Amino acid sequence: MSAVSLENITKTYNKGRVLAADAVSFEVAEAELFGLIGPDGAGKTTIFRILTTLLLPDKGSAYVQGTDVTKDYQTIRNKIGYMPGRFSLYQDLTVEENLNFFATLFGTSITANYDLIKDIYEQIKPFGSRRAGKLSGGMKQKLALCCALIHKPEVLFLDEPTTGVDAVSRKEFWEMLKKLKQQGISILVSTPYMDEAGLCERIALIQDGRIMKVDTPGEIIRSYPVRLYAARAANIYQLLNDLRKHELVDSAFPFGEYLHLTLKNDKNDGIEVLQQYAAAKGHADAEVKLIAPTIEDSFIRLMREKNGPEKPGLNK
Amino acid sequence: MPDKVISCKNLSKQFGGFTAVNKISFEVDKGEIFGFLGANGAGKTTAMRILCGLSYPSSGEATVAGFDVYHKQESIKKNIGYMSQKFSLYENLTILENIEFFGGVYGLPRKDIRQRSNDLVQHLGLEKEAKKLVGELPLGWKQKLAFSVAIFHRPKIVFLDEPTGGVDPVTRRQFWDMIYEAAASGITVFVTTHYMDEAEYCNRVSVMVDGKVEALDTPANLKKQFNSDSIDDVFYKLARGAKRTGD
Repeated sequence: MSAVSLENITKTYNKGRVLAADAVSFEVAEAELFGLIGPDGAGKTTIFRILTTLLLPDKGSAYVQGTDVTKDYQTIRNKIGYMPGRFSLYQDLTVEENLNFFATLFGTSITANYDLIKDIYEQIKPFGSRRAGKLSGGMKQKLALCCALIHKPEVLFLDEPTTGVDAVSRKEFWEMLKKLKQQGISILVSTPYMDEAGLCERIALIQDGRIMKVDTPGEIIRSYPVRLYAARAANIYQLLNDLRKHELVDSAFPFGEYLHLTLKNDKNDGIEVLQQYAAAKGHADAEVKLIAPTIEDSFIRLMREKNGPEKPGLNK
Repeated sequence: MPDKVISCKNLSKQFGGFTAVNKISFEVDKGEIFGFLGANGAGKTTAMRILCGLSYPSSGEATVAGFDVYHKQESIKKNIGYMSQKFSLYENLTILENIEFFGGVYGLPRKDIRQRSNDLVQHLGLEKEAKKLVGELPLGWKQKLAFSVAIFHRPKIVFLDEPTGGVDPVTRRQFWDMIYEAAASGITVFVTTHYMDEAEYCNRVSVMVDGKVEALDTPANLKKQFNSDSIDDVFYKLARGAKRTGD
Protein backbone atom coordinates (compact mmCIF):
# COMPACT_ATOMS: atom_id res chain seq x y z
CA MET A 1 0.00 0.00 0.00
CA SER A 2 1.27 3.47 -0.86
CA ALA A 3 1.34 6.06 1.89
CA VAL A 4 -0.15 8.59 -0.50
CA SER A 5 -1.64 8.14 -3.93
CA LEU A 6 -3.32 10.60 -6.25
CA GLU A 7 -5.03 9.85 -9.51
CA ASN A 8 -6.07 12.63 -11.86
CA ILE A 9 -6.72 15.07 -9.04
CA THR A 10 -8.10 18.28 -10.52
CA LYS A 11 -9.03 21.43 -8.66
CA THR A 12 -10.23 24.78 -9.96
CA TYR A 13 -10.96 28.06 -8.17
CA ASN A 14 -13.08 31.09 -9.07
CA LYS A 15 -15.84 29.06 -10.73
CA GLY A 16 -13.43 27.15 -12.90
CA ARG A 17 -11.42 30.10 -14.09
CA VAL A 18 -8.22 29.20 -12.24
CA LEU A 19 -6.89 25.70 -12.78
CA ALA A 20 -4.82 25.01 -9.68
CA ALA A 21 -4.29 21.27 -10.08
CA ASP A 22 -4.60 19.63 -13.48
CA ALA A 23 -5.02 15.83 -13.43
CA VAL A 24 -2.28 15.32 -10.87
CA SER A 25 -1.14 11.75 -10.30
CA PHE A 26 1.72 10.37 -8.23
CA GLU A 27 2.39 8.01 -5.36
CA VAL A 28 4.48 8.24 -2.22
CA ALA A 29 5.71 4.87 -0.96
CA GLU A 30 5.84 3.89 2.67
CA ALA A 31 8.76 5.51 4.52
CA GLU A 32 9.69 7.47 1.41
CA LEU A 33 10.96 11.04 1.44
CA PHE A 34 9.13 12.50 -1.55
CA GLY A 35 9.54 16.08 -2.78
CA LEU A 36 7.04 18.21 -4.66
CA ILE A 37 9.20 20.76 -6.44
CA GLY A 38 7.84 23.86 -8.13
CA PRO A 39 7.59 27.65 -7.96
CA ASP A 40 4.95 29.73 -6.16
CA GLY A 41 1.58 29.29 -7.79
CA ALA A 42 2.40 25.85 -9.25
CA GLY A 43 -0.35 24.16 -7.20
CA LYS A 44 1.70 22.64 -4.37
CA THR A 45 -0.43 23.97 -1.53
CA THR A 46 -3.67 22.94 -3.26
CA ILE A 47 -2.40 19.37 -3.42
CA PHE A 48 -1.40 19.46 0.25
CA ARG A 49 -4.80 20.80 1.27
CA ILE A 50 -6.58 18.07 -0.66
CA LEU A 51 -4.41 15.34 0.85
CA THR A 52 -4.85 16.67 4.37
CA THR A 53 -8.66 16.67 3.89
CA LEU A 54 -9.00 20.44 4.09
CA LEU A 55 -10.17 20.87 0.51
CA LEU A 56 -12.24 18.70 -1.83
CA PRO A 57 -10.99 18.02 -5.35
CA ASP A 58 -13.26 18.69 -8.35
CA LYS A 59 -12.26 15.42 -9.95
CA GLY A 60 -10.00 12.45 -9.39
CA SER A 61 -9.26 10.32 -6.37
CA ALA A 62 -6.67 10.42 -3.61
CA TYR A 63 -5.80 8.10 -0.78
CA VAL A 64 -3.70 8.51 2.34
CA GLN A 65 -2.70 5.23 4.00
CA GLY A 66 -5.39 3.58 1.90
CA THR A 67 -8.17 5.87 3.09
CA ASP A 68 -10.12 8.02 0.62
CA VAL A 69 -9.54 11.71 1.33
CA THR A 70 -13.10 12.61 0.36
CA LYS A 71 -14.81 9.98 2.51
CA ASP A 72 -13.09 9.36 5.80
CA TYR A 73 -11.37 12.53 6.86
CA GLN A 74 -11.44 11.68 10.56
CA THR A 75 -9.36 8.55 10.10
CA ILE A 76 -6.86 10.44 7.96
CA ARG A 77 -6.52 13.38 10.32
CA ASN A 78 -5.47 11.06 13.13
CA LYS A 79 -2.79 9.46 11.03
CA ILE A 80 -1.11 12.50 9.53
CA GLY A 81 0.99 15.42 10.64
CA TYR A 82 0.69 18.65 8.67
CA MET A 83 2.95 21.66 8.71
CA PRO A 84 1.35 24.36 6.56
CA GLY A 85 3.42 26.88 4.66
CA ARG A 86 2.38 29.73 6.90
CA PHE A 87 3.43 29.55 10.56
CA SER A 88 0.21 28.38 12.15
CA LEU A 89 0.98 27.83 15.81
CA TYR A 90 -0.36 30.06 18.55
CA GLN A 91 1.96 33.06 18.69
CA ASP A 92 0.85 33.99 22.22
CA LEU A 93 1.45 30.54 23.69
CA THR A 94 4.92 29.52 24.76
CA VAL A 95 6.91 26.79 23.05
CA GLU A 96 5.88 24.29 25.70
CA GLU A 97 2.24 25.37 25.76
CA ASN A 98 1.95 24.97 22.01
CA LEU A 99 3.38 21.48 22.12
CA ASN A 100 1.15 20.52 25.04
CA PHE A 101 -1.87 21.88 23.25
CA PHE A 102 -1.29 19.81 20.13
CA ALA A 103 -0.50 16.69 22.15
CA THR A 104 -3.78 17.10 24.06
CA LEU A 105 -5.78 17.66 20.87
CA PHE A 106 -4.62 14.28 19.61
CA GLY A 107 -5.29 12.60 22.97
CA THR A 108 -1.67 12.03 23.84
CA SER A 109 1.07 13.68 25.90
CA ILE A 110 4.53 15.06 25.30
CA THR A 111 6.09 12.25 27.34
CA ALA A 112 4.26 9.46 25.48
CA ASN A 113 5.96 10.22 22.17
CA TYR A 114 9.00 12.06 23.42
CA ASP A 115 11.40 9.69 21.63
CA LEU A 116 10.23 10.86 18.24
CA ILE A 117 10.70 14.57 18.86
CA LYS A 118 13.61 14.39 21.32
CA ASP A 119 16.39 15.37 18.89
CA ILE A 120 14.43 18.31 17.54
CA TYR A 121 12.78 19.45 20.75
CA GLU A 122 16.02 19.58 22.71
CA GLN A 123 17.27 22.26 20.35
CA ILE A 124 14.39 24.55 21.29
CA LYS A 125 13.94 23.41 24.88
CA PRO A 126 16.12 26.23 26.26
CA PHE A 127 13.43 28.57 24.93
CA GLY A 128 10.54 26.51 26.32
CA SER A 129 8.98 29.45 28.13
CA ARG A 130 9.32 31.86 25.22
CA ARG A 131 6.24 32.79 23.24
CA ALA A 132 6.16 31.18 19.81
CA GLY A 133 5.74 34.58 18.15
CA LYS A 134 9.11 35.66 19.55
CA LEU A 135 11.11 32.80 18.07
CA SER A 136 13.49 33.13 15.12
CA GLY A 137 12.49 31.59 11.78
CA GLY A 138 14.61 28.50 12.30
CA MET A 139 13.23 27.86 15.77
CA LYS A 140 9.63 28.40 14.69
CA GLN A 141 10.15 25.80 12.04
CA LYS A 142 11.52 23.29 14.57
CA LEU A 143 8.62 23.91 16.93
CA ALA A 144 6.11 23.50 14.10
CA LEU A 145 7.72 20.20 13.17
CA CYS A 146 7.53 19.01 16.81
CA CYS A 147 3.83 19.90 16.91
CA ALA A 148 3.21 18.04 13.66
CA LEU A 149 4.97 14.96 15.09
CA ILE A 150 3.66 14.84 18.63
CA HIS A 151 0.90 12.30 17.89
CA LYS A 152 3.31 9.99 16.05
CA PRO A 153 1.81 10.36 12.56
CA GLU A 154 2.27 7.74 9.85
CA VAL A 155 2.52 10.34 7.10
CA LEU A 156 4.01 13.80 7.38
CA PHE A 157 2.95 16.66 5.07
CA LEU A 158 5.38 19.57 5.05
CA ASP A 159 4.43 22.51 2.85
CA GLU A 160 7.48 24.66 2.10
CA PRO A 161 9.06 24.13 5.52
CA THR A 162 12.32 25.80 4.50
CA THR A 163 11.04 28.94 2.79
CA GLY A 164 12.50 32.05 4.40
CA VAL A 165 14.82 30.07 6.64
CA ASP A 166 18.58 30.60 6.51
CA ALA A 167 20.98 28.12 4.95
CA VAL A 168 22.27 26.65 8.20
CA SER A 169 18.78 25.97 9.57
CA ARG A 170 17.71 24.55 6.24
CA LYS A 171 20.53 22.06 6.29
CA GLU A 172 19.68 20.97 9.83
CA PHE A 173 16.04 20.62 8.85
CA TRP A 174 16.78 18.22 6.02
CA GLU A 175 18.95 16.16 8.39
CA MET A 176 15.94 15.86 10.69
CA LEU A 177 13.73 14.70 7.84
CA LYS A 178 16.19 11.98 6.96
CA LYS A 179 16.09 10.69 10.54
CA LEU A 180 12.29 10.71 10.61
CA LYS A 181 12.18 8.74 7.41
CA GLN A 182 14.51 6.17 8.94
CA GLN A 183 11.94 5.71 11.68
CA GLY A 184 9.40 4.66 9.08
CA ILE A 185 7.48 7.90 8.62
CA SER A 186 6.40 8.67 5.04
CA ILE A 187 7.09 12.26 4.13
CA LEU A 188 5.70 14.50 1.41
CA VAL A 189 7.59 17.80 1.40
CA SER A 190 7.31 20.73 -0.98
CA THR A 191 9.86 23.38 -1.87
CA PRO A 192 10.34 26.07 -4.50
CA TYR A 193 14.11 25.66 -4.17
CA MET A 194 15.48 23.34 -6.80
CA ASP A 195 18.72 22.74 -4.93
CA GLU A 196 16.73 20.91 -2.25
CA ALA A 197 15.38 18.39 -4.75
CA GLY A 198 18.53 16.28 -4.50
CA LEU A 199 17.82 15.66 -0.82
CA CYS A 200 14.62 13.73 -1.63
CA GLU A 201 14.43 10.09 -2.71
CA ARG A 202 11.96 10.82 -5.46
CA ILE A 203 10.53 14.08 -6.69
CA ALA A 204 7.66 15.40 -8.75
CA LEU A 205 8.34 18.54 -10.77
CA ILE A 206 5.22 20.69 -10.91
CA GLN A 207 4.39 23.83 -12.90
CA ASP A 208 1.04 25.50 -13.65
CA GLY A 209 -0.87 22.78 -11.83
CA ARG A 210 0.65 19.98 -13.87
CA ILE A 211 3.16 17.34 -12.92
CA MET A 212 5.91 17.48 -15.54
CA LYS A 213 7.91 14.52 -14.29
CA VAL A 214 8.17 12.05 -11.40
CA ASP A 215 11.40 10.17 -10.75
CA THR A 216 14.51 10.02 -8.59
CA PRO A 217 16.64 13.17 -8.81
CA GLY A 218 19.46 11.07 -10.27
CA GLU A 219 17.27 9.65 -13.03
CA ILE A 220 15.84 13.08 -13.91
CA ILE A 221 19.37 14.37 -14.35
CA ARG A 222 20.47 11.29 -16.31
CA SER A 223 17.55 11.60 -18.71
CA TYR A 224 18.45 15.17 -19.72
CA PRO A 225 18.29 14.72 -23.48
CA VAL A 226 21.14 16.89 -24.78
CA ARG A 227 24.65 17.94 -23.85
CA LEU A 228 24.87 20.88 -21.50
CA TYR A 229 27.66 23.44 -21.66
CA ALA A 230 28.79 26.00 -19.12
CA ALA A 231 30.55 29.16 -20.24
CA ARG A 232 31.95 32.20 -18.58
CA ALA A 233 34.03 35.25 -19.33
CA ALA A 234 34.96 38.45 -17.54
CA ASN A 235 31.98 40.24 -19.07
CA ILE A 236 29.35 37.60 -18.56
CA TYR A 237 26.40 39.76 -19.60
CA GLN A 238 28.02 40.61 -22.93
CA LEU A 239 28.89 36.95 -23.40
CA LEU A 240 25.25 36.03 -22.79
CA ASN A 241 24.02 38.54 -25.36
CA ASP A 242 26.61 37.39 -27.89
CA LEU A 243 25.92 33.69 -27.46
CA ARG A 244 22.18 34.18 -27.82
CA LYS A 245 22.80 35.54 -31.30
CA HIS A 246 24.63 32.39 -32.39
CA GLU A 247 22.45 30.36 -34.73
CA LEU A 248 23.40 27.03 -33.13
CA VAL A 249 22.55 28.10 -29.60
CA ASP A 250 19.20 26.65 -28.56
CA SER A 251 19.08 28.00 -25.01
CA ALA A 252 21.33 30.26 -22.96
CA PHE A 253 20.62 31.13 -19.33
CA PRO A 254 22.63 32.72 -16.55
CA PHE A 255 23.35 30.17 -13.81
CA GLY A 256 25.37 31.87 -11.13
CA GLU A 257 28.99 32.30 -12.15
CA TYR A 258 28.41 30.52 -15.46
CA LEU A 259 25.99 30.54 -18.36
CA HIS A 260 24.32 27.25 -19.20
CA LEU A 261 23.89 26.50 -22.89
CA THR A 262 22.40 23.89 -25.14
CA LEU A 263 22.89 23.65 -28.90
CA LYS A 264 20.74 22.71 -31.86
CA ASN A 265 22.13 19.73 -33.76
CA ASP A 266 24.95 19.22 -31.29
CA LYS A 267 27.73 17.41 -33.13
CA ASN A 268 29.85 16.92 -30.02
CA ASP A 269 32.02 19.86 -31.00
CA GLY A 270 30.20 22.41 -28.86
CA ILE A 271 33.20 23.37 -26.76
CA GLU A 272 35.28 24.35 -29.81
CA VAL A 273 32.39 26.02 -31.59
CA LEU A 274 31.44 28.11 -28.58
CA GLN A 275 35.00 28.90 -27.60
CA GLN A 276 35.93 30.09 -31.08
CA TYR A 277 32.78 32.13 -31.40
CA ALA A 278 33.32 33.75 -28.00
CA ALA A 279 36.92 34.58 -28.88
CA ALA A 280 35.83 36.11 -32.19
CA LYS A 281 33.40 38.29 -30.23
CA GLY A 282 36.25 39.60 -28.10
CA HIS A 283 35.97 37.27 -25.09
CA ALA A 284 39.58 36.17 -25.15
CA ASP A 285 39.27 34.77 -21.64
CA ALA A 286 36.10 32.71 -22.30
CA GLU A 287 35.97 29.31 -20.66
CA VAL A 288 33.61 26.65 -22.04
CA LYS A 289 33.12 23.19 -20.59
CA LEU A 290 30.69 20.28 -20.58
CA ILE A 291 28.78 19.88 -17.35
CA ALA A 292 26.24 17.60 -15.72
CA PRO A 293 22.80 19.22 -15.56
CA THR A 294 21.11 20.10 -12.30
CA ILE A 295 17.46 19.63 -11.40
CA GLU A 296 16.94 23.28 -12.28
CA ASP A 297 18.29 22.68 -15.81
CA SER A 298 15.87 19.79 -16.17
CA PHE A 299 13.01 21.90 -14.86
CA ILE A 300 13.74 24.65 -17.38
CA ARG A 301 13.98 22.12 -20.20
CA LEU A 302 10.62 20.59 -19.28
CA MET A 303 9.01 24.03 -19.04
CA ARG A 304 10.29 24.94 -22.48
CA GLU A 305 9.09 21.66 -23.96
CA LYS A 306 5.65 22.52 -22.66
CA ASN A 307 5.51 26.24 -23.40
CA GLY A 308 7.91 26.59 -26.29
CA PRO A 309 10.99 28.82 -26.16
CA GLU A 310 10.44 31.89 -24.02
CA LYS A 311 10.14 35.19 -25.81
CA PRO A 312 11.97 38.26 -24.68
CA GLY A 313 10.13 40.63 -22.39
CA LEU A 314 7.12 39.70 -20.36
CA ASN A 315 4.73 38.68 -23.08
CA LYS A 316 4.17 35.00 -23.35
CA MET B 1 31.95 61.34 -8.13
CA PRO B 2 34.31 58.55 -7.07
CA ASP B 3 33.82 55.04 -8.43
CA LYS B 4 33.11 53.68 -4.96
CA VAL B 5 29.37 53.86 -4.71
CA ILE B 6 29.17 52.48 -1.22
CA SER B 7 31.96 52.73 1.24
CA CYS B 8 31.83 51.94 4.95
CA LYS B 9 34.53 51.88 7.54
CA ASN B 10 34.10 50.41 11.01
CA LEU B 11 30.38 50.93 10.76
CA SER B 12 28.58 49.87 13.96
CA LYS B 13 25.09 49.97 15.37
CA GLN B 14 24.14 49.26 18.95
CA PHE B 15 20.69 48.76 20.41
CA GLY B 16 21.29 49.24 24.14
CA GLY B 17 23.94 46.69 25.07
CA PHE B 18 23.41 44.68 21.88
CA THR B 19 25.78 45.24 18.98
CA ALA B 20 23.75 44.42 15.89
CA VAL B 21 26.42 45.58 13.43
CA ASN B 22 30.00 45.34 14.61
CA LYS B 23 32.63 47.44 12.81
CA ILE B 24 31.93 46.41 9.25
CA SER B 25 34.12 47.81 6.47
CA PHE B 26 33.73 47.32 2.73
CA GLU B 27 33.44 49.17 -0.56
CA VAL B 28 31.21 48.57 -3.54
CA ASP B 29 32.14 49.72 -7.05
CA LYS B 30 29.99 51.41 -9.64
CA GLY B 31 28.14 48.84 -11.72
CA GLU B 32 29.06 46.00 -9.39
CA ILE B 33 26.61 43.28 -8.34
CA PHE B 34 27.33 42.87 -4.66
CA GLY B 35 25.85 40.03 -2.58
CA PHE B 36 25.22 40.70 1.08
CA LEU B 37 24.67 37.42 2.90
CA GLY B 38 24.12 36.42 6.49
CA ALA B 39 22.12 34.05 8.64
CA ASN B 40 18.94 35.19 10.39
CA GLY B 41 19.97 37.68 13.04
CA ALA B 42 23.45 38.32 11.62
CA GLY B 43 22.74 42.04 11.25
CA LYS B 44 22.02 42.28 7.50
CA THR B 45 18.78 44.19 7.85
CA THR B 46 20.23 46.67 10.33
CA ALA B 47 23.21 47.34 8.08
CA MET B 48 21.01 47.73 5.04
CA ARG B 49 18.69 50.16 6.83
CA ILE B 50 21.70 52.36 7.57
CA LEU B 51 22.85 52.22 3.95
CA CYS B 52 19.34 53.12 2.74
CA GLY B 53 19.25 56.20 4.97
CA LEU B 54 16.58 54.79 7.28
CA SER B 55 18.64 54.42 10.44
CA TYR B 56 21.68 56.16 11.95
CA PRO B 57 24.81 54.21 12.81
CA SER B 58 26.22 54.38 16.35
CA SER B 59 29.78 54.81 15.15
CA GLY B 60 32.02 54.46 12.12
CA GLU B 61 31.74 56.07 8.71
CA ALA B 62 29.80 55.35 5.56
CA THR B 63 28.85 57.05 2.35
CA VAL B 64 26.25 55.89 -0.15
CA ALA B 65 26.23 57.39 -3.65
CA GLY B 66 28.70 59.91 -2.25
CA PHE B 67 26.41 61.01 0.60
CA ASP B 68 27.16 60.67 4.27
CA VAL B 69 24.84 58.36 6.21
CA TYR B 70 24.74 60.71 9.23
CA HIS B 71 23.93 64.00 7.54
CA LYS B 72 22.54 63.31 4.08
CA GLN B 73 19.85 60.70 4.54
CA GLU B 74 17.39 62.45 2.25
CA SER B 75 19.94 62.69 -0.56
CA ILE B 76 20.69 59.00 -0.14
CA LYS B 77 17.01 58.11 -0.46
CA LYS B 78 16.73 60.07 -3.70
CA ASN B 79 19.69 58.27 -5.21
CA ILE B 80 18.80 54.69 -4.43
CA GLY B 81 16.13 52.25 -5.49
CA TYR B 82 14.70 49.48 -3.34
CA MET B 83 12.84 46.31 -4.09
CA SER B 84 11.86 43.42 -1.89
CA GLN B 85 9.81 40.36 -2.60
CA LYS B 86 7.43 41.26 0.20
CA PHE B 87 6.50 44.78 -0.76
CA SER B 88 6.89 46.12 -4.22
CA LEU B 89 3.87 47.43 -6.08
CA TYR B 90 0.29 48.49 -5.42
CA GLU B 91 -1.94 45.66 -6.51
CA ASN B 92 -4.98 47.90 -6.95
CA LEU B 93 -3.24 50.29 -9.31
CA THR B 94 -2.63 49.50 -12.95
CA ILE B 95 0.85 48.89 -14.30
CA LEU B 96 0.99 52.39 -15.72
CA GLU B 97 -0.35 53.95 -12.52
CA ASN B 98 2.28 52.17 -10.44
CA ILE B 99 5.05 53.43 -12.69
CA GLU B 100 3.66 56.96 -12.60
CA PHE B 101 3.21 56.84 -8.84
CA PHE B 102 6.78 55.82 -8.13
CA GLY B 103 8.10 58.28 -10.70
CA GLY B 104 6.14 61.00 -8.90
CA VAL B 105 7.39 59.94 -5.46
CA TYR B 106 10.94 60.35 -6.72
CA GLY B 107 10.10 63.80 -8.04
CA LEU B 108 10.51 63.20 -11.77
CA PRO B 109 8.89 65.86 -13.97
CA ARG B 110 5.50 64.87 -15.37
CA LYS B 111 6.73 65.01 -18.95
CA ASP B 112 9.65 62.68 -18.23
CA ILE B 113 7.39 60.26 -16.42
CA ARG B 114 5.05 60.01 -19.39
CA GLN B 115 7.86 59.48 -21.86
CA ARG B 116 9.77 57.01 -19.74
CA SER B 117 6.77 54.96 -18.68
CA ASN B 118 5.82 54.47 -22.31
CA ASP B 119 9.38 53.39 -23.05
CA LEU B 120 9.38 51.01 -20.10
CA VAL B 121 6.06 49.40 -20.97
CA GLN B 122 7.33 48.86 -24.48
CA HIS B 123 10.69 47.51 -23.30
CA LEU B 124 8.91 44.97 -21.10
CA GLY B 125 6.52 44.02 -23.88
CA LEU B 126 3.56 45.00 -21.69
CA GLU B 127 1.72 47.34 -24.06
CA LYS B 128 -1.45 45.28 -23.90
CA GLU B 129 -1.37 44.93 -20.13
CA ALA B 130 -0.46 48.53 -19.28
CA LYS B 131 -3.96 49.35 -18.08
CA LYS B 132 -4.49 46.13 -16.16
CA LEU B 133 -4.28 46.00 -12.38
CA VAL B 134 -0.97 44.76 -11.06
CA GLY B 135 -2.88 42.32 -8.85
CA GLU B 136 -3.92 40.41 -11.97
CA LEU B 137 -0.36 39.80 -13.13
CA PRO B 138 1.44 36.51 -12.52
CA LEU B 139 4.08 36.63 -9.80
CA GLY B 140 7.00 36.54 -12.22
CA TRP B 141 5.74 39.55 -14.16
CA LYS B 142 5.16 41.45 -10.94
CA GLN B 143 8.71 40.90 -9.86
CA LYS B 144 10.18 41.99 -13.17
CA LEU B 145 7.95 45.04 -13.16
CA ALA B 146 8.87 45.80 -9.55
CA PHE B 147 12.54 45.76 -10.46
CA SER B 148 11.96 48.09 -13.40
CA VAL B 149 10.03 50.46 -11.16
CA ALA B 150 12.81 50.38 -8.55
CA ILE B 151 15.29 51.68 -11.15
CA PHE B 152 12.83 53.94 -12.97
CA HIS B 153 14.32 57.12 -11.48
CA ARG B 154 17.78 55.94 -12.58
CA PRO B 155 19.28 55.57 -9.13
CA LYS B 156 22.99 55.03 -8.59
CA ILE B 157 22.28 51.96 -6.49
CA VAL B 158 19.42 49.53 -6.24
CA PHE B 159 18.93 47.44 -3.09
CA LEU B 160 17.29 44.06 -3.69
CA ASP B 161 16.01 42.14 -0.70
CA GLU B 162 15.63 38.45 -1.62
CA PRO B 163 14.43 39.37 -5.08
CA THR B 164 13.73 36.01 -6.69
CA GLY B 165 12.34 33.81 -3.93
CA GLY B 166 9.67 31.43 -5.16
CA VAL B 167 9.58 32.29 -8.86
CA ASP B 168 9.94 29.68 -11.58
CA PRO B 169 13.45 29.04 -12.92
CA VAL B 170 12.87 30.61 -16.33
CA THR B 171 11.40 33.83 -14.92
CA ARG B 172 14.23 33.89 -12.44
CA ARG B 173 16.76 33.81 -15.25
CA GLN B 174 14.92 36.62 -17.05
CA PHE B 175 15.09 38.56 -13.81
CA TRP B 176 18.86 38.08 -13.63
CA ASP B 177 19.12 39.19 -17.26
CA MET B 178 17.53 42.45 -16.14
CA ILE B 179 19.93 42.77 -13.22
CA TYR B 180 22.90 42.23 -15.52
CA GLU B 181 21.48 44.80 -17.90
CA ALA B 182 21.08 47.35 -15.09
CA ALA B 183 24.61 46.71 -13.84
CA ALA B 184 26.01 47.04 -17.35
CA SER B 185 24.33 50.44 -17.59
CA GLY B 186 26.23 51.54 -14.48
CA ILE B 187 23.70 50.93 -11.70
CA THR B 188 25.21 49.27 -8.65
CA VAL B 189 23.20 46.28 -7.45
CA PHE B 190 23.22 45.39 -3.77
CA VAL B 191 21.50 42.04 -3.13
CA THR B 192 20.67 40.58 0.26
CA THR B 193 19.53 37.01 0.26
CA HIS B 194 19.85 33.82 2.20
CA TYR B 195 19.48 31.70 -0.88
CA MET B 196 23.01 30.87 -1.75
CA ASP B 197 22.55 30.09 -5.40
CA GLU B 198 21.49 33.71 -5.85
CA ALA B 199 24.85 34.67 -4.44
CA GLU B 200 26.65 32.86 -7.24
CA TYR B 201 25.47 35.52 -9.70
CA CYS B 202 27.21 38.32 -7.84
CA ASN B 203 30.58 39.83 -8.74
CA ARG B 204 31.52 39.78 -5.07
CA VAL B 205 29.87 38.38 -1.99
CA SER B 206 30.15 39.27 1.69
CA VAL B 207 29.06 37.00 4.51
CA MET B 208 27.95 38.45 7.85
CA VAL B 209 28.11 36.37 11.00
CA ASP B 210 27.10 37.76 14.40
CA GLY B 211 27.33 41.38 13.27
CA LYS B 212 30.71 41.13 11.51
CA VAL B 213 31.68 40.69 7.89
CA GLU B 214 33.55 37.39 8.10
CA ALA B 215 34.34 36.92 4.42
CA LEU B 216 34.30 39.07 1.29
CA ASP B 217 35.49 38.08 -2.16
CA THR B 218 34.37 36.84 -5.56
CA PRO B 219 32.32 33.63 -5.43
CA ALA B 220 35.18 31.78 -7.14
CA ASN B 221 37.76 32.96 -4.61
CA LEU B 222 35.50 32.23 -1.65
CA LYS B 223 35.01 28.70 -2.87
CA LYS B 224 38.76 28.30 -3.22
CA GLN B 225 39.44 29.85 0.16
CA PHE B 226 36.98 27.57 1.96
CA ASN B 227 37.69 24.55 -0.19
CA SER B 228 34.02 24.26 -1.15
CA ASP B 229 32.18 23.59 -4.36
CA SER B 230 29.33 26.00 -3.68
CA ILE B 231 28.64 29.26 -1.89
CA ASP B 232 26.05 27.32 0.07
CA ASP B 233 28.84 25.26 1.58
CA VAL B 234 31.04 28.33 2.19
CA PHE B 235 28.16 29.94 4.00
CA TYR B 236 27.50 26.84 6.05
CA LYS B 237 31.13 26.65 7.16
CA LEU B 238 31.07 30.29 8.21
CA ALA B 239 27.63 30.53 9.75
CA ARG B 240 27.22 27.25 11.61
CA GLY B 241 29.33 28.70 14.43
CA ALA B 242 27.04 31.72 14.74
CA LYS B 243 25.84 32.43 18.26
CA ARG B 244 22.93 34.63 17.27
CA THR B 245 19.83 33.10 15.78
CA GLY B 246 17.18 35.78 16.39
CA ASP B 247 15.41 37.49 13.53
